[in-house]
Amino acid sequence: MRYSALTVLTQALRGHAGWRPAWRNPAPAPDYDVVIVGGGGHGLATAYYLAKHHNVGRIGLLEKSWLGNGSVGRNTTIIRSNYLLPGNLPFYELSMKLWEGLEQDINYNAMVSQRGVFNIYHSDPQRDAYARRGNAMRLHGIDAELVDRDALRQRIPYLDYDNARFPIQGALLQKRGGTVRHDAVAWGYARAADRLGVDIIQNCEVTGIRQERGKVIGVETTRGYIGAKKLGIAVAGASSLVAAMAGLRLPIESHVLQAFVSEALKPLIDTVITFGAGHFYISQSDKGGLVFGGDIDGYNSYAARGNLPTIEDVCEGGMALMPMIGRARLVRHWGGIMDMTMDGSPIIDRTPVENLFLNAGWCYGGFKATPASGFCFAHLIACETPHKVATFYRLDRFASGRLIDEKGVGAQPNLH
Amino acid sequence: MRIACPYCGPRGLEEFLYHGDASVRRPEDGGAVPDQAWTDYVYLRENANGPHRELWYHHAGCHAWLVVTRDLRSHDILGVTAARDEA
Ligand SMILES: Cc1cc2nc3c(=O)[nH]c(=O)nc-3n(C[C@H](O)[C@H](O)[C@H](O)COP(=O)(O)OP(=O)(O)OC[C@H]3O[C@@H](n4cnc5c(N)ncnc54)[C@H](O)[C@@H]3O)c2cc1C
Ligand SMILES: [Zn+2]
Repeated sequence: MRYSALTVLTQALRGHAGWRPAWRNPAPAPDYDVVIVGGGGHGLATAYYLAKHHNVGRIGLLEKSWLGNGSVGRNTTIIRSNYLLPGNLPFYELSMKLWEGLEQDINYNAMVSQRGVFNIYHSDPQRDAYARRGNAMRLHGIDAELVDRDALRQRIPYLDYDNARFPIQGALLQKRGGTVRHDAVAWGYARAADRLGVDIIQNCEVTGIRQERGKVIGVETTRGYIGAKKLGIAVAGASSLVAAMAGLRLPIESHVLQAFVSEALKPLIDTVITFGAGHFYISQSDKGGLVFGGDIDGYNSYAARGNLPTIEDVCEGGMALMPMIGRARLVRHWGGIMDMTMDGSPIIDRTPVENLFLNAGWCYGGFKATPASGFCFAHLIACETPHKVATFYRLDRFASGRLIDEKGVGAQPNLH
Repeated sequence: MRIACPYCGPRGLEEFLYHGDASVRRPEDGGAVPDQAWTDYVYLRENANGPHRELWYHHAGCHAWLVVTRDLRSHDILGVTAARDEA
């Protein structure tokens, strides 16, 4: 069924009795030409773009739980392409362009909202750093504006401009940045991939990778053995665990990141705002909740829940930036597992094992990357060469020293 | 999570800094070892799902380096020793 204003109207008249499941629930086939492991945003987008743009035969996607249980359904939904380094800029800008056409492409309302992202700066050197970043973006054809204090005050009057420690001087604005309804991204890609014939198999955990003479030939799963001519891993926080099934050791640590939602308030924050003197970012969902977050907790974890010192730190950041939120009640918070790499940038590459492809290392910023990640990973799996905007995301860059370290902090995952 | 520092007793997490996997070993000889050994040491981690031996620094306490064994699935702390006793 194609979704449109007309289907909504006719369904309304028929008491909404005619809606059908958005995707099938097939039994796994004995084998596929391509198997994707992981039904998060990246795995689903990969399956969709493979089916849409490449002639690779039958595609199966295996998810150990239900679609959207992972970080795709846990993130703070911010999208942007305001990076600094040449290895990152074209990739994240491709992602932004794909977001801009996504809903028409997959016929699904993902609530893509380009409400702008303001990165606040608080000092002269920070202004210079943000100006440099803005210039790098503009050299790559990406929109960026430096907004001074007066203009910012008119646009966002409720910030603590005269904070004694962190006075606000201005912001770097990317107008095309914003938010996207995260669950809808998983559901929309799943439905679109399913309509192109991809078998999406939930409750199917990959427990082993079977090889023959250095080549992958299939996977052991909780629903039996499934043959695969090519295997793509896109399991985000579980990357090291699944890669280890093929004998690989990755430059990754899994960490926990928390997110927070306040009680629903009247429309208040109509954009995305990030604090420059600590780590805090905030937007408001259409249901009214303030959605915010900060740093990862900073220690390895597979527990998907965090600790109180980080909560305190996030709330302090919020209070320093916009004291007005101090009386809003926090109603929900949760954690998700991040695949933090040693340089803070992702990996989309072949592996030393033949027919095994890896998409990993998204750190805490992989939601915005979802469309381009799927697009480029599909290209890599089908053509066996990297897509031109993803050539820097090599697995061997750690050995060769070609790191992509946006923050310049070195091989310390909890500092990225 | 609270860490029982062998010198200071159980203290809140905010007093500690994390420094990752305690099982990696710096290659002995700077120039002579193959690059792969350095790549392994600097970048590659096992990152397994279960008990993990890791380094913590008691920066807001006694400044000791600790080796903490912690279950990554539950955050349960299974043991704490001073790193100097492990070396
Ligand atoms: C609190 C929080 C806030 C965030 N905020 C932002 C943000 O504002 N902007 C942004 O860009 N990014 C953000 N991120 C990061 C972003 O959400 C992730 O980088 C991204 O979602 C990871 O890719 P994914 O969607 O494919 O992962 P996931 O949704 O985690 O998908 C991986 C899937 O693999 C499955 N899997 C694992 N092991 C196996 C197995 N053995 N067999 C089969 N399936 C398996 C899992 O069940 C899971 O469904 C945030 C993350 C968190 C947790
Ligand atoms: Zn101590």
